[in-house]
Amino acid sequence: LSATPEIPKEDARPKWDNKFQYILSCIGFAVGLGNVWRFPYLCQIHGGGAFLIPYFIALLFEGIPLLHLELALGQCLRKGSIGAWNTISPYLGGVGVGSWVVSVLVSLYYNTVLTWVMWYFINSFQEPLPWSVCPLNENRTGFNEECYESTAVNYFWYRKTLNVTPDIAESGTMQWWLILCLATCWGIVYLCTIRGIETTGKAIYVTAIFPYLVLTIFLIQGLTLPGATDGLIYLFTPNLNTLKNPRVWLDAATQIFFSLSLAFGGLIAFASYNPTKNDCEKDAVMVAIVNSMTSLYASIPVFSVLGFKATTAYWDCLDRNIISIINEFDLPEESIMRQNYTSWISFLNSSYPEKIAGLKLKSCNLQEFLDQSVSGTGLAFIVFTQAIILMPGSQAWAILFFIMLFSLGLSSMFGNIEGVFTPLLELQIIPKSAPKELLSGIICLISFLIALCFTLRSGSYWIDIFDRYAGSVPLLVIAFFEVIGVAYIYKIKRFSKDVEWMTGRKLNLYWHITWRFISPLLLLIVFMAFVTLQMQKPPSYTAWNPKYEGFPMKEEKAYPPWVQAICVLLAALPCVCVPLVALFHLVKQKRRSKDPSFVPPEVFSCQGANS
Amino acid sequence: MLRALLLTLSVVAIAHAELCKPDAQNAFKVRISIKTALGDNAYAWDANEEYLFKAMVAFAMRRYSSKSTTQISNVLLCNVTDRVSFWFVVTDSSKNVTTVPGSEVEAAIRMYRNRINSAFLLNDKTLQFLKITSTLSPPVEPSTPVWLIVFGVVLCLIVAGIVFLIVSGIQKHKKKNKESTERDNLEEKVEVTLENGIPCEALDLKAGHINGVFAADDERFTSL
Repeated sequence: LSATPEIPKEDARPKWDNKFQYILSCIGFAVGLGNVWRFPYLCQIHGGGAFLIPYFIALLFEGIPLLHLELALGQCLRKGSIGAWNTISPYLGGVGVGSWVVSVLVSLYYNTVLTWVMWYFINSFQEPLPWSVCPLNENRTGFNEECYESTAVNYFWYRKTLNVTPDIAESGTMQWWLILCLATCWGIVYLCTIRGIETTGKAIYVTAIFPYLVLTIFLIQGLTLPGATDGLIYLFTPNLNTLKNPRVWLDAATQIFFSLSLAFGGLIAFASYNPTKNDCEKDAVMVAIVNSMTSLYASIPVFSVLGFKATTAYWDCLDRNIISIINEFDLPEESIMRQNYTSWISFLNSSYPEKIAGLKLKSCNLQEFLDQSVSGTGLAFIVFTQAIILMPGSQAWAILFFIMLFSLGLSSMFGNIEGVFTPLLELQIIPKSAPKELLSGIICLISFLIALCFTLRSGSYWIDIFDRYAGSVPLLVIAFFEVIGVAYIYKIKRFSKDVEWMTGRKLNLYWHITWRFISPLLLLIVFMAFVTLQMQKPPSYTAWNPKYEGFPMKEEKAYPPWVQAICVLLAALPCVCVPLVALFHLVKQKRRSKDPSFVPPEVFSCQGANS
Repeated sequence: MLRALLLTLSVVAIAHAELCKPDAQNAFKVRISIKTALGDNAYAWDANEEYLFKAMVAFAMRRYSSKSTTQISNVLLCNVTDRVSFWFVVTDSSKNVTTVPGSEVEAAIRMYRNRINSAFLLNDKTLQFLKITSTLSPPVEPSTPVWLIVFGVVLCLIVAGIVFLIVSGIQKHKKKNKESTERDNLEEKVEVTLENGIPCEALDLKAGHINGVFAADDERFTSL
């Protein structure tokens, strides 16, 4: 019996201000740069509208179940990835550690991509845009040779931004302007994640909603541009024949998987700050659907702009030919227009074939220009920037575009950092009395110092390696063990009871089937197919080499053996955590079982954790 | 008299035809794209414009060589096409029936290219002298690169934000510490004497305290 009032616990788990913040954070984490520069590209090369079929099938059988699993797990166990998997079973603790390692590796290189976006952003305030004109050479008689042979946009990207070396083995020095931008980016990340979800929850309102505004503005602008409809028709015209190619199904499965940011541990961390009585099923379905809708929504302005660019290039091609013909035959100006070009060409070809042949006219084909598909950084920094130069008021469009990319990337960074921060906070790396700001500061500082490697002249090649090896195969492996772990080690019966307790209704048969059979099977198939495809050809990369004969085409080179070893290390490191931790616990268990005073830990239950 | 005049005129014409023809020595081809440059405000190329052109070339020659011997009649135009392209050549009045060397003409036109362009409201691309290359103007570079300024602004905002958040965090921490020590002090004053775990003030306020061990067995005692 005590009359003293209870002092409320000071280190109570932080929680979201409201449900909307939580949903927005999950959506912001899932919606990232890939929705803008990977999905439209895949749609284009895999038969337009037909790609949506494998995409939605993958969403239904792989994306939504795995997302629900992670959110339910985090909400029930109320711990970050390492703590959560340790609680499920100490043998599965490696899954949590693997997620943590992947989050660290991805945070390192992802923020460097944001560095490039920031560099372009601060250069967008110049008039004229620095990537629109070639600089002059030393004696001012002509343009810089490298710039003249490729394009001004390529030159600005490869030379002025990256200052890239022709080979990955040549590291070169660190580029000071990139170091400054990298420091700024990590400063922004620190500013937003300084107190964990307290601060990211406020920042997410801006970084998650702003991209939608800009996409809408670009949508309206894009649809008014000439040639936009050509681009859109080209994108969405379904070509059902492509569905026969298994590559298409593989790409759909991997795209859904990587797009939802599964197996990073960030989603588990976000959900762990929820009250336990929360409908995680509805949340999962909502986040997955919003993510896919955003991909579709983003592909419309992207393809309007690409259609505009292709049309402008086509018109330029025609105009150049027209000028050559007019000059050669001394015809009056505007006698040949784009519309009657073909009739004039056929007439002149029949009357003066040698003269026409002597002109060396390029054949102009709109389809050819539309076929030039690019994804990833090429889309944002080369193709889109070129299209922006052609729009009136290019500075404003450039500024908007790069702020949008930055917000998209930043909200994904929050999830990555949360996946690193929450487990460390729970493992109590720093003493409890030390403020949270110190831990986030240490994380950001160490990451900044390691990421300085990416500011070397060969940095972009390394980022490609990280993207291809650290951010792909390990995630598939970890997700596979996640599903197997929950379905067969924690047992679906227990888990379904927990989810019922949290959502207040019985678990649908759909979840039972997908968690038990379909998702693990699908993940296994995708993993095997992915690895087989990667192993088919020796890993190679394309290098920007001004001395190459085929310049401005990029030179295809193979990775040297030491780089290949690093690739394998990056892919294997997170995966190997899973068996290593299981082995470690097995050894510990064997030693403990010899101790007679040992009491086996009690069986964990979701409801029990909170009473 | 008339016959003599006609004869000299025809001789001059033939001489001119000899001097000014496509690919002649010291002759330059000019290509003009008025509609491209001016669009709807394009003027038509007629004899008056040709006269202006001759005048501009003569002006350039006079200025360049600083001798006032070049006249408009020294500039000969020929082969005018619908494209608007023609050949021109500058003759030398002092030496009969010869043309001024091409290098001199080129140098003169290069020096006064801007004046010639402005007379016709055209630029280097739309008034082309086919063998004369134009010097490229360097791009305008401001004294401080613009990006450094923007970068400075962004960096200042970020540092200000971080400092603000850290300072407010420290202040919150201090306030919480002060509150908890105040609460501790308050509790120390409250915790006076305890009898059987019950503070004496509670005993004083109520008229005694029922001991739960005996309260359960109500039936065993007779009611008062």
